[in-house]
Formats: sequence, structure tokens, C-alpha cells
Amino acid sequence: MSDKNQATGVIGWVDERLPILSFIRDHLTHYYAPKNFNFWYFFGSLAFLILFLQIFTGIFLAMHYKPDAKLAFDSVEFIMRDVNLGWLIRYMHSTGASAFFVVVYLHMFRALMYGSFKKPRELIWLFGVFIYLALMAEAFMGYLLPWGQMSYWGAQVIINLFTTIPFIGPELGVWIRGDFAISDPTLTRFFALHIVAVPMVILLLVILHLAALHTVGSNNPDGVEIKKHKDENGVPLDGIPFHPYYTVKDFVGMGVFLFLFALTVFFIPEMGGYFLEHANFIPANALVTPEHIALVWYFTPFYSILRAIPDPAFGALAMLLSIVILFFLPWIDSNPIKSIRYRSMLFKINLFTFVIGFLILGWLGVKAPTPLYSALALRFSEMYFIFFALLYFYSTNRNILFSYIFSGSIIFLISIYDISRISADNYFIVLIGLISVIIFVAFMTLSPLYSNLNKEKEVPDRVTG
Amino acid sequence: MKKNILVIFLVFFTTINLAYSAEKNKLLLEYKSTTSINNKASLQRGAKYYVNYCSGCHSLKYMRMSTLAEDLDIDEAIFSKNLLFNNKKIGETMTISMNEKDAIEWFNAVPPDLSLTARSKGADYIYSKLNTYYEDDLTATGYNNIALPKTSMPNVLANLQGEQKVIVDSNNYPIGLEKISNGSLSDVEYNQLTNDITNFLVYVSEPAKLKRYSIGFWVLMFIFIFTIIAYFTKKEFWKDVK
Repeated sequence: MSDKNQATGVIGWVDERLPILSFIRDHLTHYYAPKNFNFWYFFGSLAFLILFLQIFTGIFLAMHYKPDAKLAFDSVEFIMRDVNLGWLIRYMHSTGASAFFVVVYLHMFRALMYGSFKKPRELIWLFGVFIYLALMAEAFMGYLLPWGQMSYWGAQVIINLFTTIPFIGPELGVWIRGDFAISDPTLTRFFALHIVAVPMVILLLVILHLAALHTVGSNNPDGVEIKKHKDENGVPLDGIPFHPYYTVKDFVGMGVFLFLFALTVFFIPEMGGYFLEHANFIPANALVTPEHIALVWYFTPFYSILRAIPDPAFGALAMLLSIVILFFLPWIDSNPIKSIRYRSMLFKINLFTFVIGFLILGWLGVKAPTPLYSALALRFSEMYFIFFALLYFYSTNRNILFSYIFSGSIIFLISIYDISRISADNYFIVLIGLISVIIFVAFMTLSPLYSNLNKEKEVPDRVTG
Repeated sequence: MKKNILVIFLVFFTTINLAYSAEKNKLLLEYKSTTSINNKASLQRGAKYYVNYCSGCHSLKYMRMSTLAEDLDIDEAIFSKNLLFNNKKIGETMTISMNEKDAIEWFNAVPPDLSLTARSKGADYIYSKLNTYYEDDLTATGYNNIALPKTSMPNVLANLQGEQKVIVDSNNYPIGLEKISNGSLSDVEYNQLTNDITNFLVYVSEPAKLKRYSIGFWVLMFIFIFTIIAYFTKKEFWKDVK
């Protein structure tokens, strides 16, 4: 096939030795993507753009930053004041970190909505979750580098998670820190990991993510496989070449994104203390604990889950589970219908409450815990896990016996925990929460037996519009 | 170490609602600064007041004086004559010569560097700190402060502001301040002065703020035009997709 349009000249010379032309053909000009991508399909290319921006700005920051507990804070201020456009580079990097998570969360939500994690795309999803994990590690280590109070105490909270592991915990903590407390060795190793090791892992994972994607092809808002219907040349009928169609389209997305990004960088780089926390303008001090330690916003949903359970080891376990469960998503939700467009009303309610719950968990995570907030955090942590249980439940039509046993066991588990902690002080708040969750679970699992709410729609053969 | 970790966890996860018990005094809501870093005159006055009243004890160790002179439109010759002390060069930052040992002996604390205070604690904190000193015989300096209770900083601006007395409720909680003697400035003039100092410290906390709005405007314009061109290009390319 490639004999027909053999290139000549320099490109031809190179192509005989390195398959650049076939690469461009396979992955751009003859890579067929569904023609019905909507708004939600911008975020993959945007994540790629941010990755590039972070590496680019990171290189310049590394030229001026000093990874030394005595010099780090000063060197960041040096960048902000005395390096030409240093403030711009730094704000781009700090805003980029938050933007990365915004985009990645939206990208993951897209996958949930349109079932992009389902067969045959399980590996794409798995690599994606690994990228998300690596990104969390990258962001966490990067946040220590300015060596402000929140850098220090935020790292303290997260490293202490590891110390809750039975038996090896305390030694593990020392091993991570390189000292008995967070100090210079911690900073220098986090610097090395942040600028060399983790970025390389992320780049590798991104390559794997894209390679897996290009092997099976993109999903789309209708969740139908465009490769099922091809013309006589083997071109999918509902597919269009990625280049030029989606390259020009992604430029529009990038334009809109960069506008919002620049708006933040130049006009509200602190984002009211959420992107750059106020307390982080005070140098790290091991002797003064800030009165309220707020992690950066993108960790706070999981931080809420951690704090929801009073026992630190179980809290850490719940948090770990809340992330690990993402890996199993393709096997938890085995409903053959991919797109939300053709799933049942109950699925939509489930996804909607999950997103609301996740946002509320995030909001609670930046607040200092009060009895009410802690009670809410616990309930929405339960809702987080119930979402996955319900996804499993909706994988197929369930009979009466299964439905009752399933909803009964969830309600039983939650009630047992509540009974174990109920007391004269908190009975009102516990009972209200318990009753709400019971009603939700009972409605979500039992209403299919008595109504049309779990009725799914016919999936079309070809993509629509 | 195990104990430390345990203590930290106790603080974070089990003791609920203790963290915010140290609430700010509601009285502070009355002390709001009106800062604008585009007000060069105010910044210049603030710099003058700062150098005269504050910089004996409080350094601005990240503020390079040449940057300051340039940003505030102060001629270098005038700057050197009026604002440079202790044989300093204009290319240096605004450090101070008081050493920490002396400071602890004199004040029982090291006066903090104020380069970033406006970013870490906010402009209103600085403004209210300078406005809410009151007489208190129980402290070493004879003064206490609403914004920073039990502060070890003396009331250096007392001559200008005059003396204030605290009004407390039945729980001995401060609910108001009352003037008991006049200073050399009227209330309006004094508030203007502390506001200028606050404004100056807001500038010092982030000198780039003077530049980033105007650069940002042009960057946004560029991206806006780029996006429009990209949009119509996309539309043209997608004409044949049905």
C-alpha cells in the first residue's frame, strides 16, 4: 500500500530509514475518529496541551529554583520578583497544575457518561487511572517545593497516611521522608521525583494510553462501534480522518481553554486561595501548626473520605479503596450499553448524584470539620461507594430476590456502622443521615421492580448527528 | 516519633471543631482597607511612611530597592537621598541591620519580615493591626491589639493616632475602641496614613501585579482573535462532514 505514494527527496530518504510517513498516516491523516464528538471530547487533547505546558514551564522554573530547605522559599520569591517574567512562568505552572486536574476530572466524567471504559477499551481506562494516580503523586510532590506552611503541613498529612499502615508504617514514613520529620532530604528527593521520575512515568503512560486508544479506536457519545460499518476501502462510514478534522476542531477548544487559562494566570492566579493558598506565603515552620490545614482543592474529595472515618487507619483504607475501585470500573459496570443516552433513568440519577456528591466531598474537604460537616462527609463518602455498587446492580436486569438481598445488605452494613456509633449527642444527625441513605438505596434498587425507571433505550446501529 | 504522629492524627481526625474555635473578633470587620496599587501617590507615601516608621525593625527582604524606585516612579537620585539608609546600594533588597538576638532581648520576639504579609494574612489584617492598638497595663509594652492580641510590637504610631481604650462586654471580650487622647493627626489623616502603608505592603507582596493586568489584557486579546480564526477554520473544514 505504501509503495504507491512513496516520498522522494529528504523526506523519502528519512522515511526509508524511519517510518515517519506511515506514522503520520496511521495516527493522523488515516486515523478515523467518529464524526459525532461533542464538547466532552476536547479534554483529552487539552490534557495533552497542559502536560506540554507544565513540562515547558517546569524546565524554566528548575533553572532558578533551589531545592534546599534553606533556600527554596527564597528562590521561589526570587523567581516571582527578579527573574524576567518569572512570575508568569510560575503562575502558569501553578495554574497549570489545577487546570490539569479540572481537565482530567472532566475527561474522566466523559468516560463515565459515555461508557468509554467498557469493552474493548478497558486498557485505555486502566492506563488513564494510572496517569491520574501519577498525576496526584506529581502534584503532591510539586506542592512541597515552594516550602511554605501548607507545602509542609499538607505533606505532613499525606505522608502520615503511609504511617498508618500496620507494622511497617512508621518505618515507611521515615523511608519516604529520609528523616524523622519532613526536612531537607524530603525536599530534595521530592524535587528529583517531581522533575525527573514521575514526569517520565506520566509520559510513558500517556504513550500507552494513546497507543491503546489508537488500537481499538475512539468511543463516541452514542457508544456505538464505528468500525462495524465500513465502506469498500475499509474506511468507517461514520469516521472522519483525525487530521485535519479534529486537529482544527481541537484548536478551537485550545483557544477557549487558553483564554480561561490566561484569565486565571494574569488576573486571579491565587483563585481566592484555592490554587495558591494564603498560608503558603509563610515559610515552612516545623514548630508552628497552621490552625486549619487545607489540602489543595483537587485532593479534597478524597481528603473528605479520609476524614469521614474517625479511625485514621480505616480512614486511610477507605480513601485508598475510593481510588483503587476506579481500576475495577470496567468489570463493575458490565452493562453492554455504553452511552448515557440509551441508559435508564436510574443510571442517570445515579451518575448525577455521584457527581454532586463528589463536588460536595471536595467542598467539605477544604472546610474545617464541624459535627455537621463531618456527618455530611461520612454520608457522601458512603454515597461515593454506593455509586459503584449501583453501577454493578444495573449491569443487567435483576430479579426480585436479588434486588431485595442487594439493597438489604447495603442498608444492613450502613446501619450496623451507625448503630455502633450512635449516642445521645449525635442521634438526631445520625438518624437523619441514615434514613436519607436508606431511602436512596431502597429507591434505586427496588423501583425497577415496580416501575419503568430502569428501562433502557434501543441503541442505534450508526451514530446519530 | 510514633507519639508525634499519633498526636498529629488526634489533632486532625478525632478532635472535631476545635480548629476554628479561635475565631476572629467581629470588631475587625469595621477595619477595611481600600487599597489600589495603581494609586502611585498612595504607594509613594506608603513607602515613605514605611521607611520612616517600620523599617527600623521590619525588613522587606525580597523587595529590591531599584525595582521599588522604578515601579513607584521615584527618581533614583531622590530615592537614594530620602529612602536609602545605612550605606545601602539601590540594587540591594530592604534588609535591616537589627540582629535577632537583640530583637529577642528588646521585644521578646523577632519582628517578622513583611514582604509577603499582605498575601499570607491579607491587606485588612495589616490595616486593622495598625488601627486597633489600645492601652493595656497587663502587657509589657503597655498596649494590646485587637487584630493580633498580646502582640509584642509597641504602639509606634501612638503619637500620630493618639491613645485608645478598649470597651469590653460582660465576658471581658473586646467590643469596641474609644479615643482617650488625640494624636498629631486627625482620624481621617491617620486612617489615610495606615491605608497608604497597607497599600504599599500589598504592592511589596507582589510587584508583578503592577504588570500582569496590562500584559494579561493583550494576551487575552491575542487568544481571542486566535480562537475566532480557529473557529472559522474549523467551520470551513467541517463543511463536508454530514
